[in-house]
Amino acid sequence: MFKTSLRNVLAHKARLLMTVLAVMLGVAFVSGTLVFTDTLGRAFAHETSKDYADVSVSVSAESAHRLTPHDLDRMGRVPGVSGVTGRVGGFAGVADRGGKLIGGDWSARGGNFAPGADGSDPAYGFTKGRGPRDGHEIALDTRTAATGRYRVGDRVRVATDGPVRTYTLSGVFTTHDGAVEAGGSLTLFDGAEAQRLYVPAAARSGAHGAGTTDRYEEALVRARPGASDGAVLAGIKPLLPKGASAETGARLADEEARASAQSLSSLNEMLLSFAGIALFVGIFLISNTFTMLVAQRTRELALLRAVGASRRQVRRSVIAEAAIVGAVSSVVGFLLGLALAVGLHTVMGSFGARIPAGPLVVGPDSVGAAFGVGVLVTLLAAWLPSRRAAKIPPVAAMGSAHVPATTRSLVLRNSVGAVLSALGAVGIAGGASVGKDDGRMLIAGGAFVLLLGVMVLIPLLSRPAVALVRPLLRGLFGTPGTLASRNAVRNPRRTGATASALAIGLTLVTGLTVVGVTLAAAVDRMTTDNVRADYMVAMASGGSLGTSVAQRLAHAPGVTASSPQQAVDLRVHGEYHAASAVTPGDVQHVLTMDVVDGSLATLADGGVAVAEKTARSNGWHVGQSLPVTYDDGKKGTLRVGATFKDNELLSPLVVSTAVVAGHEPEPFVPGVWVKTAGGASAAHEKALEHALGGSPAFRIQDRQDIRNSYGGSVNTALGILYGLLAMALIIAVLGVVNTLAMSVFERQKEIGMLRAIGLNRAGVKRMVRVEAVVISLFGAVLGIVLGVFLAWAIGQTFKDSLPGYTLVMPWERILVFLLLSGVVGVLASLWPARSAARLDVLTAVKTE
Amino acid sequence: MTMSPPIGLKDVAAARAVDVSKVYGEGDTRVVALDRVTVDFRQSEFTAIMGPSGSGKSTLMHCVAGLDTFTGGSVRIGDVELSSLKDKQLTQLRRDRIGFIFQAFNLLPTLNALENITLPMDIAGRRPDREWLERVITMTGLADRLRHRPAQLSGGQQQRVAVARALASRPDIVFGDEPTGNLDSRAGAEVLGFLRDSVRRLGQTVVMVTHDPVAASYADRVVFLADGRVVDEMHEPSADGVLDRMKAFDGRGRVA
Repeated sequence: MFKTSLRNVLAHKARLLMTVLAVMLGVAFVSGTLVFTDTLGRAFAHETSKDYADVSVSVSAESAHRLTPHDLDRMGRVPGVSGVTGRVGGFAGVADRGGKLIGGDWSARGGNFAPGADGSDPAYGFTKGRGPRDGHEIALDTRTAATGRYRVGDRVRVATDGPVRTYTLSGVFTTHDGAVEAGGSLTLFDGAEAQRLYVPAAARSGAHGAGTTDRYEEALVRARPGASDGAVLAGIKPLLPKGASAETGARLADEEARASAQSLSSLNEMLLSFAGIALFVGIFLISNTFTMLVAQRTRELALLRAVGASRRQVRRSVIAEAAIVGAVSSVVGFLLGLALAVGLHTVMGSFGARIPAGPLVVGPDSVGAAFGVGVLVTLLAAWLPSRRAAKIPPVAAMGSAHVPATTRSLVLRNSVGAVLSALGAVGIAGGASVGKDDGRMLIAGGAFVLLLGVMVLIPLLSRPAVALVRPLLRGLFGTPGTLASRNAVRNPRRTGATASALAIGLTLVTGLTVVGVTLAAAVDRMTTDNVRADYMVAMASGGSLGTSVAQRLAHAPGVTASSPQQAVDLRVHGEYHAASAVTPGDVQHVLTMDVVDGSLATLADGGVAVAEKTARSNGWHVGQSLPVTYDDGKKGTLRVGATFKDNELLSPLVVSTAVVAGHEPEPFVPGVWVKTAGGASAAHEKALEHALGGSPAFRIQDRQDIRNSYGGSVNTALGILYGLLAMALIIAVLGVVNTLAMSVFERQKEIGMLRAIGLNRAGVKRMVRVEAVVISLFGAVLGIVLGVFLAWAIGQTFKDSLPGYTLVMPWERILVFLLLSGVVGVLASLWPARSAARLDVLTAVKTE
Repeated sequence: MTMSPPIGLKDVAAARAVDVSKVYGEGDTRVVALDRVTVDFRQSEFTAIMGPSGSGKSTLMHCVAGLDTFTGGSVRIGDVELSSLKDKQLTQLRRDRIGFIFQAFNLLPTLNALENITLPMDIAGRRPDREWLERVITMTGLADRLRHRPAQLSGGQQQRVAVARALASRPDIVFGDEPTGNLDSRAGAEVLGFLRDSVRRLGQTVVMVTHDPVAASYADRVVFLADGRVVDEMHEPSADGVLDRMKAFDGRGRVA
C-alpha cells in the first residue's frame, strides 16, 4: 500500500502543493521562531556575560562603598590568586566625524585600561597601537574604530555623563567582551581618567584606608593554575568591604545565561503562539486538501476496496500519503524557517528593537520541533479525510453515479457551537467587568472558547450572512453574482473552514490593532495633557544626567522655564514614597500641576506638594508637617504646601531639588524638561545642543519624540503583528484557492452547462471570483467583529489604570483589512477562475 | 431576436449544415468524425438524429449547436454563419437563439425550478415574456413545482424543467442530447410528448440526438448517420420502422 501512497503523492503534485505550502509555512514559522530565539538568547547571553572565562572570582561593590586599592591588595595576597584587576566603567558615547553616536546607544560603554606589570591588560589584545597612557588618550574596539573610520593618532570626541572631550586614539583592540561582540562600543581610558569620569569626586575624597584615592566597582580575581575557584572565593569572602559580594566566575556566567533565557521566554512564547495559530489555521487547509483528494479518487479507492483492500488499508494509504507530504513540507519549511530567523533579526532591528548580533544557532530541539509539528499536524489533518476514504463502499467503483456525500445533520454541530460561543462571550464580558490581570486571564480563556465556538458555528452563520449580501451581489454582478452567492454556501463546512483561516487571523490582528491604537491614543493624551514643556533632555544611555546639565539648559538662550525631574525616595512615617525633585517656580510651566489646595510657591521654601489621591489616602492636608527620612538616612520635616491633581508623569510627592541636595550622593536625574519662548523650533533645538556642548551622549526630544518614547513601542509591536496578518493572509489565500479549485472541479458539468446555455467566459470567471470574495469577506467581517469585541473587553480591564481611557476605533485600518481580504479573494480566485473559464463546453453534454 | 415563423413557412431552414467535416488528429491517428455532412433542420419541425455509436450523431449536433468547432464546411443558424464567430459571439448566439436539453438534466442545484427555467434570460439580462413563460410552464405541468429545488424533484420532473428552460427564451431552435437517456419509459414519453407539442402547438424547431427508436418515432423526420455521413432519412417514422433501419446498420457494421 505504501507504494500506492507514494504514487498518489507524485500523481497529485499540483493539488498537494497547497498542503505542502500550508505545512511549510507553519513549520517555517515554528522553526524560524525557535532558531531566532535561540540565536537571540545566545547573543543576549554573550552581551551580558562579561566573559568570565579567565575570571576565578568576581567581586562587586555597592556604589556607596566602592573597592579601594587597599582592598585589591588584600585580595591579591589570598593563596592561589595570581592577580586582581579593578574595574570601573559607565557610559561612553563615541561620536563619528559627523557628531553622531556610533552604534546603538544601548551599549556604549567606557572602562579603565588596567595594565599589569608587563604593560598589557589581559582582557584586551591590541591589533594596532597600545593602551592609553594618560588622560588625553583612549583606545577603541576595532569595530567602533572602523565604523568611525578612526586611525591611531586621530582625534576622537567622546561623551560621558559630563561634557564632551576630545581624546587622541592610542590604539585599537579586540576583546571577548560579549557586549562588544554583540555590537556595542567600548572605549578604554587610562586609569586616572576613568576614575575622574566614573567615580564621583565625593566617593574618592576621604581616604578609607591605604593606597591612592582610586575606587573600583568591581574586582576580577584570576587564580593560579591548579587553584580551585571555591578555595579562592572562601579566601576572599572575609576580606569583602561592607555591601560587596563575591561569586565565582563560573557561577555568574550560569546565572546570567539563565536570566537572559528567562527574559527571552516571553518573546519566545509570543512568537510560538503565532506559529501555533498558523498551524492551527493550516490544519483546516490541509484537511480540505485531503478531503478533495479523497473525493477525486472515490472511484479509484472504491476499486481498491472492490479488489480486496480492507478499510484499514485504504485509511492507511491516505495516512501514509499525509506522512510523506508532511515530511517533505517539514524539510522545506525548516529551511525557510532559517531564512525567516535571519529576516526577523533584520526586521526587528530595523524597527529599532534592541537586538545584538550573533551567529545563527540551530539547536536539536528546533529541528525536532519543526519535524514533529509538521508531520503530526499533517497526519492530524488527514485523519478525518482518511476515515472518509475508508467509508467509500466498493460499489462506488461500479456505475457512473456519484456516491452522494454523507451530509450529516448540522444540528449537533450547531448546538455545540452555540454553547461554546455563548460560554466564550460570557467569559469575555465577565473578564471585562472584573478588570485587571484576573479579568485579562478570563478574557484570554473566553476568547479561545469563543473562537472555537464561532469556528464550529461558521457553517450555520455563512448562510444568513451570504443571503444578506445576495441582492447587492445580484445588483453588482448580475446572474453570476447570484450564482456565486449560492455557490458560496453550497458546502457550508468547506466554506466555514476556508473562512476560518481569515477569521482567526483578523480577530487577532483587529483586536490587537484596536487595543494598540486605543492605548497609544490614551498614552498620547496622557503626554499632551501632562506635559507643557517643548523638550525633554535625557541621556542617550538612559542613565542619569549630570547635575550641571539642568543649570546649563536653564541658561540656554530661548529657554523660559526648565526643571530637572530627579527621582528620589522619601520615607514618611517609615513608609517609602516616590518623589520628584524639581525646580520650584518652573515646574508648573513644564509639567501640568493643577493645584487643588495651597500654593506651589511653597516649594521654594522647602515645602512638599502632594498628589491629591496620595494626600487623601494618607489623610495629609495642606499645612501639615511630615516627618521624612532621606536616602542617606538623615531625618527631617517637610511641610505640605500644596496638593495637586495627579499627573502620571510626576511622582506623588514633589519637592525642590534644594531639599534633597545634600542627601543624594549620586543624584539620579533621568531627564530635564525645557520650555522655550514661542514653542519648539530648529533654532531652539540648536541652542539646546550648543548648551550641551554638542555631545552625542544627550538626546533632545521634542513633544513628538516624547510621545513616541511613551507610546511608540505600541506601533513597533503593531508593526510586528502585521507580519502575523501577512501570514494569516497567505494561508487564507491558499485556503481559498484550495476551496475554489475543489468547487470548480466538482462543478465542471454545471459550468459547462452554463457555458452551453450562454454564460460567457467572463461571466464564469466573475462567478468564481465573486464566490472567492464573498467567502473571504465573510471570514474577514467575522474576524473583525470578534476582534473589536475582544479589544473592547481588554480595553475595559485597562480602564482603571489609564485615566481618560476611551475605545478608539481605527476605522481606516479596519477598512484596509477588509480591502486586503477582498484582494485575498480576488488573488486566490485567479487560477481557479481561469481554469473554470477554460473548461470545455462539451464536458456538460458528454456523458461519462 | 427572430420570432418563430408563421405556419406555412415549414420549408425554411432554422439551421443548415453544408459539407461539414470534423477531423481529429493527423496522419495515422487521423479520425474523421463528420465527413462532408449536409443536412437542413426546417423550422417548426421535430428532427431526430440517429445512428450507431461512433456514427458522429452527437458531434453533428454539437457542431450545429455551436458547442464544438468543425474543420470544414459551413453551419448556419438562421442567417448566421457559425464558422466566422469567436467564442464570445458563439456564447451569445447560444444564449439568445438556441435552447439545450441534456441527458443528465443539468440543472443548477442551488436554484429553484423557476429560477432554472429563466436562467438563460437572467444571464442575458432580459425579462422573460410572461405570457409565453406561462404557456411553457402550463404545458410542462410544472406550475405547482416552481419553488422546488432540483433535489426535491423526480428525474422526469427535472427533465421537464430542463425542457421548459430550453423553450422559455423562445429560441430559434432547441437541441436535445439524448434527453430521455436517463429516464424511465413513462417519464421519457412525457418529455417527448412535450417536445412534440412544442413543435405542433408553439411552432418550435427541435433537433434531438437519440439511439432509442421509440424516442425517434415522436419526430417528424429521422436523419440516419453512419461513419460520419448522412446515409438515410425517414419521414413520419414509426418505432418499428426505425428499429428495422437501425438493425440494417448493425448487420452492415458486422459485415464491415
